[in-house]
Amino acid sequence: MNKTFYGKLIFELSTPGRIGYSLPKMKKNDYCVSELPNHLRRSKEARLPEADELTVVRHYTNMSNNNFGVDTGFYPLGSCTMKYNPKMNEEVAGLSAFSVLHPHQPISTSQGALELYYETQKTLSEIGGMSEFTLNPYAGAHGELVGLMVIRSYHMERGDSKRTKIIVPDSSHGTNPASAAVCGLEVVEVKSTAEGTVDVEDLKPLLGDDIAGMMLTNPNTLGIFEKQIPEISRLIHECGGLMYYDGANLNPMLGMCRPGDMGFDVMHINIHKTFSTPHGGGGPGCGPVGVGPGLEKYLPNPRVVKNEDGTYSFINTETACGRISGFLGNFGIIIRAYAYLLALGKNGIAEVGPLSVLNANYIKEKLRSHYLLPIDGLCKHEFVFDGLRPEFGGDHHDPNHVTTLEVAKRLLDYGFHAPTIYFPLLFHEAMMIEPTETESKDTLDSFIEVMKQIAEEARDNRDMLKNAPHTTPVRRLDDVKAVKNAKFKYFE
Amino acid sequence: MHRFFPHTDEDIKQMLDVIGVKDLKGLYAEIPEQLKLKKELNLPEGMSEIEIRQRFHELTDKNKELVCFAGAGAYDHYTPSVIPYIASRSEFCTSYTPYQAEISQGTLQYIFEYQTMMAELTGMDLSNASMYDGTTVAAEAAAMCVAAAKKRNTVLVSETVPAYIREVMHTYAKYQDIRLEVIADQNGQTDRDALKNRLSQNDIAGVVVAQPNRYGIVEDFTGLADECHATKALLVINGPASPLGSLRTPGEWGADIACGEAQSLGIPLNYGGPYIGYLCTTNALIRKLPGRIVGETTDANGQRAFVLTMQAREQHIRREKATSNICTSQGLMCLYVTIYLSLMGKQGLSEVNTQSYAKAHLLHDELLKTGKFAKAFDAPFFNEFCLSYNGNVDELLNKCAEKGYLAGVKIDDHKILFAVTEKRTEEEIYKLIDLVK
Repeated sequence: MNKTFYGKLIFELSTPGRIGYSLPKMKKNDYCVSELPNHLRRSKEARLPEADELTVVRHYTNMSNNNFGVDTGFYPLGSCTMKYNPKMNEEVAGLSAFSVLHPHQPISTSQGALELYYETQKTLSEIGGMSEFTLNPYAGAHGELVGLMVIRSYHMERGDSKRTKIIVPDSSHGTNPASAAVCGLEVVEVKSTAEGTVDVEDLKPLLGDDIAGMMLTNPNTLGIFEKQIPEISRLIHECGGLMYYDGANLNPMLGMCRPGDMGFDVMHINIHKTFSTPHGGGGPGCGPVGVGPGLEKYLPNPRVVKNEDGTYSFINTETACGRISGFLGNFGIIIRAYAYLLALGKNGIAEVGPLSVLNANYIKEKLRSHYLLPIDGLCKHEFVFDGLRPEFGGDHHDPNHVTTLEVAKRLLDYGFHAPTIYFPLLFHEAMMIEPTETESKDTLDSFIEVMKQIAEEARDNRDMLKNAPHTTPVRRLDDVKAVKNAKFKYFE
Repeated sequence: MHRFFPHTDEDIKQMLDVIGVKDLKGLYAEIPEQLKLKKELNLPEGMSEIEIRQRFHELTDKNKELVCFAGAGAYDHYTPSVIPYIASRSEFCTSYTPYQAEISQGTLQYIFEYQTMMAELTGMDLSNASMYDGTTVAAEAAAMCVAAAKKRNTVLVSETVPAYIREVMHTYAKYQDIRLEVIADQNGQTDRDALKNRLSQNDIAGVVVAQPNRYGIVEDFTGLADECHATKALLVINGPASPLGSLRTPGEWGADIACGEAQSLGIPLNYGGPYIGYLCTTNALIRKLPGRIVGETTDANGQRAFVLTMQAREQHIRREKATSNICTSQGLMCLYVTIYLSLMGKQGLSEVNTQSYAKAHLLHDELLKTGKFAKAFDAPFFNEFCLSYNGNVDELLNKCAEKGYLAGVKIDDHKILFAVTEKRTEEEIYKLIDLVK
């Protein structure tokens, strides 16, 4: 990453008359856009850049040097599972035999693509303990929405129309209640116990014949396994609801437990977390949704099926929750996930969970001397500190205490990405750390050492934190000014 | 150990000692036994890279590349080699959503450029940082109309909006208590009298139309925005992005929301995805806008820099009160679009549109000359058009596919939708004419 900021915009590099493209000339042209009536054509040109090819290449290369990725360094962003993205995935996803396929071409000419889709959904079904998956949803939140549509379709088909409430823990990801609202469900929050898990006694009075189901991530956002899950599933099922598994935290379960075996009826997977596809600075992701036996018919259209003669085709059903995407979702991402699943195989997949849990617990034990661990015990893939310990300036009762934001910004100076901060909302100074299984002990040890050093700086040299980061391409940004300015484009 | 896992036996032993657990299984000690997987997963052994390549060769052999005259939401435009080369840089590709702005200026800057370019192309005040695709943006736009209207929940959608987009809108609407009413199509265009009539009941939150529409027709929306606004309904125009370079913009038509599929700006066909939905609106509606927005600000040294902003609309802050549940969108595809528009620039996009228009009209006229086709509608089109075929549509499309041509997309038993981009050569156009004769 650059120490100095490359801050130009392409519009500032534009010079009238320059071009960066080449197209074959037409031999003969009898037609022209200007034949369209004037009032159907735009009256002024869009102010697009005018630049030669090298200028464009340098501009975006320099821009990339202002960015930090998994390939740059350790990225312990909690609940985001920033594992290594194998390069082989990129190679196979770039194969032209896939990238040239048009979504409307006859299925006899895209059997390889459909086979890949089908095999991936089958592999995910085995891993999740589900009956069938759709790979059409574009991202985790899209998967949640589709999963909830499946649940609502199930109730509505049975004429059970009063089930309009969904139970969501107070520690859940923000997308859970937001997806529920988009799906027309009323959110009912269930409290967490002091140990950070669902309070079953608080859950019981919420149950009734208006409950569509419950959304849960297990392990939860504190990285704690919900031990009471058999009891929770039983209670929800008994009142007629369905259990929804938020797959954002599936990584530590790989090879150890399956959501289907925990009593979940519907689940989504964040392919871009658990199955190694790149996050791309905020997408494209992929959020497959799996369902248990009996719920397959509610999966969205189109579904990819294998015929008796071994060929593959689409089906569209009346019972489906609907259509939720233009075509078959982010197919290019599905290709990458398939390559990863092939590379790991059953033994590799079984190792992901334990090694991710090993890495998380190791950091937790090594750093609890300096950072406040609010909940003791084994964590799974991630855990949460509630800021610095009081002896390092983290005493929350002191209005001048050292904040998690300061620690996070200082970490950037040492070449590490910050953890997820101020989430979950259960703690004031939450710092959520998820190392993933692809990080070595050496990397973890250097992170631990730096985190301790920052704690000592917090105690002895507070200004270093207050003004951090110091060595990044830009210094701390003025968020308030961004809102006040409301400038979202270059041209006024 | 696997090539993706760095742990040696010695590492594992030392780490377990620190944790105070005997073996890896001990890390799961708190989990009830009955929940633990007792068997091996029923999956194959892991593969080496060589074996994975072999497996992919088996798969790719079962696909067939066709010369593409199909559109209907996915267009075979040219992708300059620079785009995949730059977009695969791991600094872009392996980063997360740019929460830590100090080390994410690359992502934030190209999104700011993307927002600028999309606002320019659509003629709207502002753009968000992308949505999933051209269908979900239409559903989100309908929800925006209802949210802005407060006490109205009916949205009108023209039948000339492509059917698959309407299907997605219907799916979303069904669960959101949004009434979606279809305004019939008349000779391939929105029935403006029926629309005006329905608007006059003063209970409509928004009107969704398409440009070019499902038949490739460039509709005349003169007066439409005024008709909508007179009854306090918002106007949404949905369409593929590339023609925006030449056509009257949603902004010029007076639209409140412009949305659609931007795959046509440099993104390969990819069997339907990843693509990218663009969503642009007016300053008045910014607080109703779903998705992320990048804004300009300064850092502690006073230099210009970029940051995610207006986040009080989003799910991680507002939870169930957010404008949408969207979180991860199509980040890297913004980079595709941005590099595409930087390389093509003013002249390039104009030439793409000129050639696509010319070649589509050439194919159109040549198809009519064969005597096997008739005009389905008499209306101006851009690079996509619909003709009636006087034979069996399926047989024709299959015959062409066998000869390596994707002739078009079936609309119904008599109609085919053809699309032509700058990539098609005159030779390919005449070859297709020979095939359909």
